[in-house]
Amino acid sequence: MKQFTKTHEWVMSQGNTVKVGLSDFAQKEMGDIVYVSLPSVGDSVTIGKSFSDVESVKAVSEVFSPVTGKVVAVNEELLDKPEMINEAPYDAWMIEVEATETEELLTEEEYNEFIKK
Amino acid sequence: MTKQTPLYNAHVRHGGKMVEFGGFILPIQYETGLIAEHNAVRNDAGIFDVSHMGEFDISGKGAFNTVQNLICNDITGMKDGDCRYTMMLNDNGGIVDDFIVYKFSDTHYWLVVNAGNTPKDDAWVKNHLLSDTVFVNKSEEYGQMALQGPKAEKILNKLVDEKFIPKGNYTFTDDVEICGAKCVISRTGYTGEDGFEIYCPATATEKIFEKLLEVGANDGLIPCGLGCRDTLRFEACMPLYGHELNEDFLATEVGLNIFIKMDKDFVGKNALAQNAPKFKRKGVKLLDRGIAREHSDVFDGDRKIGFVTTGTHSPTLGYAIAMVRIEKDFNGDTVEIDVRGKRIKAQIVKMPFYKRSY
Repeated sequence: MKQFTKTHEWVMSQGNTVKVGLSDFAQKEMGDIVYVSLPSVGDSVTIGKSFSDVESVKAVSEVFSPVTGKVVAVNEELLDKPEMINEAPYDAWMIEVEATETEELLTEEEYNEFIKK
Repeated sequence: MTKQTPLYNAHVRHGGKMVEFGGFILPIQYETGLIAEHNAVRNDAGIFDVSHMGEFDISGKGAFNTVQNLICNDITGMKDGDCRYTMMLNDNGGIVDDFIVYKFSDTHYWLVVNAGNTPKDDAWVKNHLLSDTVFVNKSEEYGQMALQGPKAEKILNKLVDEKFIPKGNYTFTDDVEICGAKCVISRTGYTGEDGFEIYCPATATEKIFEKLLEVGANDGLIPCGLGCRDTLRFEACMPLYGHELNEDFLATEVGLNIFIKMDKDFVGKNALAQNAPKFKRKGVKLLDRGIAREHSDVFDGDRKIGFVTTGTHSPTLGYAIAMVRIEKDFNGDTVEIDVRGKRIKAQIVKMPFYKRSY
């Protein structure tokens, strides 16, 4: 089940790892995404710290980690096809993390309410 | 204060994402998205609201002398119906604005100036009027649209008889009727493609905009926002005031020397004669992954030699490019650009980045 942060990342738990990506709202706000940077497998990520830059033609946005832990996989396909985030934001996971700590997340309903404001 | 253009309601109706630019509220893009809009102009046609541009009307026996003194290009030899690009300089040789001069007759010219500079230019021109010259700022009276792309002429021809369509690049026709309104049509633009800029009474703008979209739909015409206007002009290496040009950059430092005529008099000429250029404008292609943005520093080894004036991903080329302002004496092939703390290698390449094939 997808959960969300107030900084527009989505989080999906799968056993003892979580996948993280950008929400549909975020990709729409950014417009055409043309570049994504990703950490390496083995890197550590920290709650509230940026782990990626996502760039549209007009702007750069940082993606903040909703979890603390070790990166066990990255979606390298995004490096060559960053537009996948626009096309299918919930398939276009960015990193998979063995999380030791997770920030307080919003349910899909809560997030949809949040972005209406 | 943020003004609306005559097309504000049309933008909202077409799903424009509205932002503030140069004192006006304009669409940065529509639902089609920046890249699709960019490609429409490169491959078919796009229409832009450029009503925010300022129209300065200069007339009278002194009009020629006034314009000639205000600008660094030379308007001698312009025929009625010609357009000419130029810059207007301050006393230090810096750039007050860049614009196109329209010649209606020996005693009647237009200067079409940048939106954000209109109030400043208005004051500057008023302070530099020579005798027998009448200056009227007609910016509020006119709407302006840019119809751009390889299919622009075909689309315009559906509303305008061929004999009223300006044939040569940088020429214009006057008193052309579109949807019952008298228009000026010039073969000019800011995209690197063939195309037209249409000036019409403000009240007729929306009607003409919708009519063009209607007759152009089969040829792929879509409304386009400021976002792709910027990427299109950037690929064509056309300077944007406030980025490649400003009051502090010497006119001889911005890669536009062919528009500076030192064999005539103009405001700022003495400063240009006395101050050698220290910088130059160059184009670079990024060799490593990443996108250099405006204000990123440019290095030769450890030495900072300049900065990025415009930089982004080029939708047409598919990689990141940038225009940089760097020391004139730098003659290397590669530079490094600081992108948020990371050095990215970039290669000096020929400008323009994109040139249309005829």
